[in-house]
Amino acid sequence: MREKSTTLYLGPQHPGITGNMMVKLQLEGDTIVKATTHVGYLHRAFEKLIERRNWMQSTTILCRFCVPEPDPPEAAFALAVEQIEGREVPERGKYLRSLVLELARIQSFMLWYAGQNGSAGLYTVGQWSVGDRNYVLDLFEELTGGRIYHMYIWPGGVRRDIPEGFEDKVLHTMDYIEKRIDDYDRMMFDSAIFQKRAQGVGIISKEKAMEWGVVGAPLRGCGIGHDVRKDNPYDAYDKLDFQMGIFDGGDVWARAKVRQFEIRQSISMVRQIIQNLPKGDYLNKMPNPMKWTIPAGSAYGKVESVRGEFGFHVVSDGSDKPRRVHARGPAYAHGISLLEDILVGENLADVSFIMNSLGVCPPEIER
Amino acid sequence: MSFFDLKGLLRPLTGLSQFGKNPHTKRMDVLGQDTADRYRGFHYNDLNACIGCGNCSTICMNEAIDMVELAAEFNISQDKGNSGLRPRVDYGRCCWCALCVDVCPTGSLNLTKEYDYVSPDANSFLWTPGVDNPYGKDQLSFTSSVETSLMNFERIPMRELEGTERVKSFAEVVLGYNEEEARAEASRCISCSLCTEVCPDHMHIPEYINAIAKGNDDDALRIIYDNNPLPEMCGKVCTRRCEDVCAIAVRGEAVAIRWLKRYATERAQTSDLIKEIVNPEIQEANGYKVGIIGAGPSGLTAAYYLALRGFDVTVFEAKRFGGGMTMYGIPKYRLPMDSLDKQIGYLQKIGVKINFNTRVGTDITFDEIYKKHDAVFIGIGFEKPWKLGVEGEDLENSIPAVEYLRMINNEEIFDVGKKVVVIGGGNVAIDGARVAARHNAEVTILYRRRVEDMPADWEEIEGAEDEGVHIHPQAIPVRIIADESGKKVKAIEYIEAEMVAEEGARPRPVPIEGSNKIIEVDTIIGAIGQEADYSFISEEYVNKIELNRGRIVTNDQQQTSDAKIFAGGDAVNRTADAISAIADGFRAVKGIEAMLLKTKK
Repeated sequence: MREKSTTLYLGPQHPGITGNMMVKLQLEGDTIVKATTHVGYLHRAFEKLIERRNWMQSTTILCRFCVPEPDPPEAAFALAVEQIEGREVPERGKYLRSLVLELARIQSFMLWYAGQNGSAGLYTVGQWSVGDRNYVLDLFEELTGGRIYHMYIWPGGVRRDIPEGFEDKVLHTMDYIEKRIDDYDRMMFDSAIFQKRAQGVGIISKEKAMEWGVVGAPLRGCGIGHDVRKDNPYDAYDKLDFQMGIFDGGDVWARAKVRQFEIRQSISMVRQIIQNLPKGDYLNKMPNPMKWTIPAGSAYGKVESVRGEFGFHVVSDGSDKPRRVHARGPAYAHGISLLEDILVGENLADVSFIMNSLGVCPPEIER
Repeated sequence: MSFFDLKGLLRPLTGLSQFGKNPHTKRMDVLGQDTADRYRGFHYNDLNACIGCGNCSTICMNEAIDMVELAAEFNISQDKGNSGLRPRVDYGRCCWCALCVDVCPTGSLNLTKEYDYVSPDANSFLWTPGVDNPYGKDQLSFTSSVETSLMNFERIPMRELEGTERVKSFAEVVLGYNEEEARAEASRCISCSLCTEVCPDHMHIPEYINAIAKGNDDDALRIIYDNNPLPEMCGKVCTRRCEDVCAIAVRGEAVAIRWLKRYATERAQTSDLIKEIVNPEIQEANGYKVGIIGAGPSGLTAAYYLALRGFDVTVFEAKRFGGGMTMYGIPKYRLPMDSLDKQIGYLQKIGVKINFNTRVGTDITFDEIYKKHDAVFIGIGFEKPWKLGVEGEDLENSIPAVEYLRMINNEEIFDVGKKVVVIGGGNVAIDGARVAARHNAEVTILYRRRVEDMPADWEEIEGAEDEGVHIHPQAIPVRIIADESGKKVKAIEYIEAEMVAEEGARPRPVPIEGSNKIIEVDTIIGAIGQEADYSFISEEYVNKIELNRGRIVTNDQQQTSDAKIFAGGDAVNRTADAISAIADGFRAVKGIEAMLLKTKK
């Protein structure tokens, strides 16, 4: 008897979907024959909005490109603006930026622990990691005044210096988290269930990864070493000792191993930053924001987010507002073309599982 | 791995180690249980420190902040430099980015630790910080200091001649901004317009500063000439009340509005160039004739704008040059001759006729002017100095400052000798002192109150001190002592005073008995004020013009009690500065236009 094909709409409101987007699935039994992505549920026209704001005002909308990871857009924009304007960043400002970016990676990894395990039906680690993530958010609150949206990295440096006693709080929190991720690992990587679910699922071939511009953990999970922090060091990364996590296989397991390795690298980097934090200014102050103009020109500023390379192409026509700001994030490549392709042949129950391993952030697709 | 990987199956049981432990609902011990010291919660605005500049509203890209009128309701002072408006925040729009805090020039707007508010009423999310949450004062968290503020509180320093170099000549002391400095200084302005309110002439200050910041110097000049025909003079010597109320000045140094105007006007180096850049539209002749008495700031202003509006304007000036007090009362190191020449030359090119060396009352009668013209504007200024009222004042070598300055500016000779005492504390006194210092005299200023009470511009006082002028505050002249011949000044006796606080008024100097001192001097320069001289107007008209304590009374369009006569400048207003005179002239144009053109129709 011929199997009947079923059409299923996953999302846009679905706990297994990262953010709000929809995947239209054609199934034969439990096997996916065709996957079509539909976005447009989160469109807020960030790029257009920025064109109507002056340079200073623009800095506060950037964090909304990706809720789980609001800092890399701020840093990429700052790098691009600094490049056009030729604005130097004081050494302390660079270190503080790297500190924020690494703390952002850590909290984002912890959110990933929740998503990756949750979509496999393993809820315990998710409960723990989201709870522990709050301790990192507390640090952000101490440093920037906001838990999620920090609006902290500005062209020229950072917005505020660290508060008194902050270093100790960071180190204390890092010690705690380092201990806790061992617990996670025992529950996750050592678990036969997770191994069974992750290995050989959602495979990206090396060639495809290169061809489609896959970045970040999915790329390093294919055995290709590429990390903006290593290839084009920005901020304080050229002075920090760290390694890329490179694993072979291209499946969900390999991507998980990359992240397992890199959260420890991030913790180590945070400690290095705290130990070597230089003294001096934290911000090379810009002129009055109402009259701040950037010389005509364009630049591409890119940083490594947890999901991969994130960049802004910023164009200035010499006025007080950006002429054009274009975001290049990993979510478009990972969440549309790649996802549609690698879902074919997979099991329905693995859709969310695969999606969580790719780092898809719909607001960034629909900027 | 086989399916029967026992270790892998049992590993998840390690999670039981957390069994019975509390969930993460509390902050880590090292962080404390309260919100962070920098937490970005609801706003709090110190209503009395706020000046209502609206910078918070301008920077807010969510348009969450609008400015509401609160002055009447909450007894907020609406002094000069305070708009009486206060920010109101719509928490349906606010994103707590706190840019409003970082751009607040006064530091009055801050965020608090409070973040919790629930209400079913959508309108109740409109808060006026400080009014709706007075308790916020004790919960401040995200604040901005001078260091963290985005405002630039430091002024670009003005380059000047060295004090020792200055006294050698009458070369201009202030060197002016170059292009780079002007752009940087102009970019400090936040365009709040508090300055426009306080400027007697309501010049378009934010607009021309904005043009300079953007590099459009020609635009800046056109904007400036919109309501000020002597801007270079103002750019050099204006009393600049605008800078007193500058929002940046609350926590830093005011934007150098005067120097920026000076920069924009000095870019046009000849009167032809001014005409080419400003290129004003001159209306067709309307057949009305206006006579203007006095080519001072008020008269020239009225003349220029009347000429642009098609009136036939003739100015009558008693002296050789135009400019009035700005020509004869201000020393050349502050306002060089060629600068005034250039500005007045431009007015003449536009069609203003000026008859120099024509004293009304002597060379031409007031009657004649009155009868030949459709309207008359009197801008005669204060020329007659007040008497010191002490014995020996009429001796030779005792000279009023205005007279002394007039002689020097007119290239006449007056030898002040080696030792000079100047009496007074206003700009005229300082001018007299600094001019005398340029003639190698040792100068002392005697002033009855404290230095901080001096009405003179602080930059002028500093300039005088740099040039070696000694200021003796709290000293009241008693008498001037003549030499053996009984004709010349030999010494001056003064008495020291102490300041006695007085309710509802500034402290009053009271002489300390027995503290009399005598110092030997060659010249005494008195500068305690001037008044107007109306003797040129025949009795028939003087009686028609209402006077009040020596000043002409006018309505808000500068019209006197004789409908055909308008008046402005020092003879009318109490402030006695050039920019008020210009404002008077500008208002008179509207009055004359209204009177003549309305009757025509």
